[in-house]
Amino acid sequence: MDNLLVVSHSPHISGKNTVRRTMLDVIIALIPAFIAGVLVFGYRAAVVTVTCVLSCVIFEWLWNKIMKKPTTVGDLSAIVTGMLLAFNVPVTLPLWMVVIGAFFAIVIVKQFFGGIGHNFMNPALAARAFLLASWALAMTTWVAPHTAVPLWNTADVVTSATPLAAYAGTEGTVQQLPSYLDLFLGNVGGCIGETSALAILIGGIYLLARKVIKLRVPLTYLATVALGTWIFAGHDGLFTGDALYQILAGGVMLGAFFMATDYTTTPYTPVGQIIFGIGCGVITVLIRVWGGYPEGCSYSILLMNIVTPLIDRVTAPKRYGASKRRKEAKA
Amino acid sequence: MMLKTFHGGVHPNDMKAPTAGKPIVELDPSKEMVYPMTQHIGAPATPIVNVGDYVFAGQKIAEAGGFVSACIHSAVSGTVKAIEKRMHPNGLMVNSIVIEDDEQDKVCPDLKGCGDYTKLTPKEIIDVIKEAGIVGLGGATFPTHVKLSPPPEANIDYVIINGAECEPYLTSDYRSMLEIPEQIIGGLKIVMHIFGLKEGYIGIEDNKELAIETMIAVASKVKDVSIHVVPLKTKYPQGGEKQLINAITGRKVGPGQLPWQVGAIVCNVDTSRAIYQAVTRGLPVMTRIVTTGGDCVKNPGNYKVRIGTTLSSVYEQTGGFVKEPAKVIMGGPMMGMALPNLDVPAIKGTSGLLAFGEEAAHGFEENACLRCGKCVYACPMRLLPNKLDEAARIDDFKALEKLNIVDCIECGSCAYSCPSKRRQVQQIKVAKDKLRAAQQRSK
Ligand code: SF4
Ligand code: SF4
Repeated sequence: MDNLLVVSHSPHISGKNTVRRTMLDVIIALIPAFIAGVLVFGYRAAVVTVTCVLSCVIFEWLWNKIMKKPTTVGDLSAIVTGMLLAFNVPVTLPLWMVVIGAFFAIVIVKQFFGGIGHNFMNPALAARAFLLASWALAMTTWVAPHTAVPLWNTADVVTSATPLAAYAGTEGTVQQLPSYLDLFLGNVGGCIGETSALAILIGGIYLLARKVIKLRVPLTYLATVALGTWIFAGHDGLFTGDALYQILAGGVMLGAFFMATDYTTTPYTPVGQIIFGIGCGVITVLIRVWGGYPEGCSYSILLMNIVTPLIDRVTAPKRYGASKRRKEAKA
Repeated sequence: MMLKTFHGGVHPNDMKAPTAGKPIVELDPSKEMVYPMTQHIGAPATPIVNVGDYVFAGQKIAEAGGFVSACIHSAVSGTVKAIEKRMHPNGLMVNSIVIEDDEQDKVCPDLKGCGDYTKLTPKEIIDVIKEAGIVGLGGATFPTHVKLSPPPEANIDYVIINGAECEPYLTSDYRSMLEIPEQIIGGLKIVMHIFGLKEGYIGIEDNKELAIETMIAVASKVKDVSIHVVPLKTKYPQGGEKQLINAITGRKVGPGQLPWQVGAIVCNVDTSRAIYQAVTRGLPVMTRIVTTGGDCVKNPGNYKVRIGTTLSSVYEQTGGFVKEPAKVIMGGPMMGMALPNLDVPAIKGTSGLLAFGEEAAHGFEENACLRCGKCVYACPMRLLPNKLDEAARIDDFKALEKLNIVDCIECGSCAYSCPSKRRQVQQIKVAKDKLRAAQQRSK
């Protein structure tokens, strides 16, 4: 036998885990929230989501084409970004803004920094922040659940307050707060994919079971928000806040399970992840209680994204056997 | 029950089912037997025979080339045909002794056991082991006599037989534990005697239930000393020396340390068998139990192969292939070495031969690192494989040293767990070589 065999370095086998499989899992995990979004906000939620996903995929593909790089659409990460961005905008957002948001997420935040694995901020959240800064009104036009929203001209729909705004009382008028059940099921106003805690939990449990994410970040994040809002967010002094309401309402559920667990933009060390979760929680509480803005989830994650490299550096695992070094010889 | 284990690691599919039930079958030597002078870690051995000499089976044909080295014996009787460069399984041309088998199997008359070894001093026993050319037969091939000669200040209180066999596919140690448990425990007792110990340990992964039962049964009959069979969690790399010591003793072999510095000595199952045979019967290392497997082989199984037998002969005798292999690995799939061709011989460290077809042979395409941290969780040495990979690609030696590249045991857990299929181990190995070369230059 003199035919040449393939010679390569060990290991010669690899786990089944791939980027594509991971992204597919995230997509599967996002489907319950998508269904909830459509049930609560009607068909336009689906239109916004599909527009966003398609735009993201097309921008990713175009970028690769223009830069003459192999296409990375197959890793499915653009679909995840598209879904997450769509889930973070109101159902009434004009479609052209959705497309611009997708462009910002994929081209500016992700590809300018080198593509998958290299962006330092969560593309979907950065794009949401960009949209909010550019078109504040359109990004805060909330409708009550089951409001018929026209496809094109959405400017004159009847608006309502989101549960968090109602709680903070920033909308001026006294509003009836939704029940816990409505909050849990998602039968409230808000962004397309963030309202149903139930749907997000189903997806989150799936991700945990598939070992795509660890419980560390969602747990520390939600616990910090609960604790912080219980202490500080009450209307009748310290320790009167409604912690359950605060974590069920708004974007923290979606953020905790799907955005604060993003691989690329959050720490990879176990201790770092705990710091990250607590950090997000603290910033969210700061914004909600003293920031004059009822949300706070996405900014908290974005801010923590920025310090992620630093967190990773200071929480690097200790060298094996270095801490408890035994005496060279006992004799 | 909480099974003993270590931190990190991965859970590859163990793939042991096809061969676990296959008893060890003895194979014939090949007509031409090839003995590379480097079958161990350390200095190459020096030939002590000449072309044309007649040699017996078991006769020493090469002397150790220094203290950290090992001698080599012929596994057949026959004539020395050549002493020349031949291809080593690692792909390099290495000085080798080629012997033509006369098929007489005339055994060297000098081979005899040393009777009651408890009457010998540790030094005398270690000399017997050295003369038998014993090295770490699990694949590490570090000369055993060196391992058993720690400096005088060492205080060894743990002697451990490594029966973890954590590499997927391999079942040769498992079969040995089922078929010749007395010899393995006999070897352990000899090592215990060297260090004057009354207790010894055998660590076995819990997916080898039968082996655990068998070893416990044999160990319970041992008088005077006590042998503890320790079931370990099935997790790769449980059989890594540092991981095994940690699991059994709770001690950690620190950076730059050797096991004796934490009072432990570890020997592989087959090494223990070789020690037993050398001390009680005077037999040098002439055979190795090899598991053959992979999707290309006709009859996966466990074979007793004489060292020096060419691999093409091993495959001929075992039914060959069902399809053309594209990659053949010596050792296990996690740490084994891909062979250049099948004309190379079985050597002392050949614990497995795995033949894979086209699909399995070519690695996956690499993607950008996602920073997912899977490699960080998997690394049993608590390194940052993602960072090592990154630094190695740009030859950032300063960063590599800071990241403790020297601690890497090349276990492959990082690359195995990586969703982006990064080849961290390849990068690390190449970088280690470059670092070594740079250090040598600066000396
Ligand atoms: S960096 Fe080295 S020790 Fe750590 S998992 Fe990778 S190969 Fe194993
Ligand atoms: S496992 Fe791979 S993708 Fe994940 S951090 Fe390590 S190198 Fe990067």
